[in-house]
Amino acid sequence: MSKEKAPRVALVGNPNSGKTAVFNALTGARQKVANYAGVTVEKKEGTFVSPAGTRVQVIDLPGTYSLRARSPDEAVTRDVVLGRQEGEDIPDAIVFVADATNLRQNLRLALELKSLGRPIILALNMMDAAEKQGMAVDGTELSAELGMPVVPTIAIQKGGVEKLLAQIDRTIQVAQSEGWAPMQAECGWSEPSSRQLRDFSREVERVLARAVYAPARPHKATRQMDRVLLHPITGLTILMTVLFLMFQAVFTWARLPMELIDAGISGLGTWLTAVMAAGPLRSLLVDGVLAGVGSVVMFLPQILVLFFFIQLLEDSGYMARAAFLLDRLMGGVGLHGRAFIPLLSSFACAVPGIMAARTIENRADRIATIMIAPLMTCSARLPVYTLIIAAFVPDTKYLGGWVGLPGLVMFGLYAAGIVSGLLVALGMKHTLLRGAREPLLMELPAYRLPRARNIALALYDRAKAFLVRAGTIIFWMMVLVWLLGSYPLPPDGATEPAIRYSIAGAIGRALEPLLAPIGFNWQIAVALVPGMAAREVAVGVLGTIYSLSDSGEALRTSLAGVLAHSWSLPTALSLLAWYVFSPQCLATLGVVRRELNSRFWPAVMFVSLLALAYGAAFITYRLALWLTL
Amino acid sequence: MQLRTNRNKTVLREAHDRMSHSCPDNSAALHGVPLGGLTRGDKARIIALDEAAVITSLAPGELERRLIEMGLIEGAWIEVLHEGFPRRDPIAVRVDDHTVALRRAEANAVIVTLEPGGIHE
Repeated sequence: MSKEKAPRVALVGNPNSGKTAVFNALTGARQKVANYAGVTVEKKEGTFVSPAGTRVQVIDLPGTYSLRARSPDEAVTRDVVLGRQEGEDIPDAIVFVADATNLRQNLRLALELKSLGRPIILALNMMDAAEKQGMAVDGTELSAELGMPVVPTIAIQKGGVEKLLAQIDRTIQVAQSEGWAPMQAECGWSEPSSRQLRDFSREVERVLARAVYAPARPHKATRQMDRVLLHPITGLTILMTVLFLMFQAVFTWARLPMELIDAGISGLGTWLTAVMAAGPLRSLLVDGVLAGVGSVVMFLPQILVLFFFIQLLEDSGYMARAAFLLDRLMGGVGLHGRAFIPLLSSFACAVPGIMAARTIENRADRIATIMIAPLMTCSARLPVYTLIIAAFVPDTKYLGGWVGLPGLVMFGLYAAGIVSGLLVALGMKHTLLRGAREPLLMELPAYRLPRARNIALALYDRAKAFLVRAGTIIFWMMVLVWLLGSYPLPPDGATEPAIRYSIAGAIGRALEPLLAPIGFNWQIAVALVPGMAAREVAVGVLGTIYSLSDSGEALRTSLAGVLAHSWSLPTALSLLAWYVFSPQCLATLGVVRRELNSRFWPAVMFVSLLALAYGAAFITYRLALWLTL
Repeated sequence: MQLRTNRNKTVLREAHDRMSHSCPDNSAALHGVPLGGLTRGDKARIIALDEAAVITSLAPGELERRLIEMGLIEGAWIEVLHEGFPRRDPIAVRVDDHTVALRRAEANAVIVTLEPGGIHE
């Protein structure tokens, strides 16, 4: 084998075949997530060392039912497999991961892949579940009938992919000794017709009849659970309860780690203040970097709790049920049931949410979903919400201390985002986006117990991405904001806080008349500008501004305490209302531009969100003033 | 995986045989009913796919291929397991070994005959 180039293996399979679990079992933590050149599809790649000592590269391709790509994700799977993907070599071998409990549905794609004539291995995954369901399969016969090596795998079990590893070695050796030309371009592939698809099905039936001598019984537990979970009344009640508990958990579970991070950062600040001589460098480190980046990193626990739930719902198979339950309700406002997943992801961040909208094939449905994704309260808004709630909402407990007023206000803010999102979707359905809806054709996978390892790996990816972002974009934003807030220095004998004389103060004062009708002071105006880059930065900037404009004593008081004294209640409520709509952060607008390949839609999004935010803040402020006077 | 050698494939022979019934024959549609009209608990067998019967935003032939890719193909056994809300839409249908969710509008392209005996188990 060539020394410089590791053989490449591609994992292909239907959605829900446990492909990602196989990928995790093969690579462990030796994986990275990047993007394919020219498209925004996530590329999951990793390496492992085979039993024969070969370093093998493995790519986890997006799940699909056919090579007839219906979405950008599926197009990547097709193009990589066919060696058409720009910047990607054609894989040396394909590992087709099939859900052993559902072979009839899975093997059709295996046959389609086989017709490409590339080396292919069939991994019968979830073999343990299949046996429990009474399935008995003759692996030798199956292999002979399909004309490809067949190995059983139990990806979630230690040592469950050993046979697959050994087979990969054999396949690569055979491929190399027979001199497969891995660089060969276009394979003889064309989109199968319905007639060819029927032929594949007939062939699958023939193979099954020979190789499977006891079929898998349907998963009884799934059926019984679905009786409750898909029931119009109990199902929807449970769904709403799950979502509500999720938000309560984001609050309560994350509190302790957040306080620890907070304490650690302020401890570091105190230490730096003590050991360093006063000057611009100390000011940059303490007031700029620590105060700014620190206040953002503090929200890592909340983001992890949220992603923990999303991953849990995804891995257990409940996410598809949620889409089923909401399809008709969301259809009422012109949204696809599948829009539920991108929209739920948008609660963590609109950027992955908008990218998740790729699973919706129809462009009009996709646009509708993407346009309202930013109205779902993303976690970057949490810092702002938490700060203002901590400062202005009393911690009153109801129901024996189980439900708190802060949690209820937070729920209300989330609800406001959802309701306005639905109204916007309804508006678009009747104006910009008319036409028939994309059909819903979605598998409801059997319920599976989520595995800690898979969830941990997914969370690890998220945490890494978030911290990298905090360490790069947000770090530089903070340095910039500190510069704007510190220079030029105040003149001698100045009576006002130093920041009033800086560039930031000038920008804030310039915006003040525009924002005065909605009750914002110049400090908020200053915070909103860098808040465009990343919303959570606004809190960091407020931290910077108030620590810069206050004396050393007040620096030690928490920001929430400072705000409670310097803002009126109507101003606080107005800022909350503003943030429900909050004109998009640049990253979101950038991703919309990329995903829809259009300048029109991001422009529409920016202008309409700005108008909504201003309008909502104006009404809230005036109403609050009128009520409190 | 336990690889047993003795075989008793009579059960699955049936699965093979049933494929011989399956030819996309439009006249079959005349004797069947659309899947979209079934209610929870109904068991049936697919006899034809007829996408001309429904309004769709997809290119001609596309809906039929997608239905086949989800296992909705002539000869498949189906059972309506769950109905959504409101208006009992969408529906969750067991198709042979797996479960598929689809809307009644598109389900009307699937022509079935009711078979109260249902899926062999």
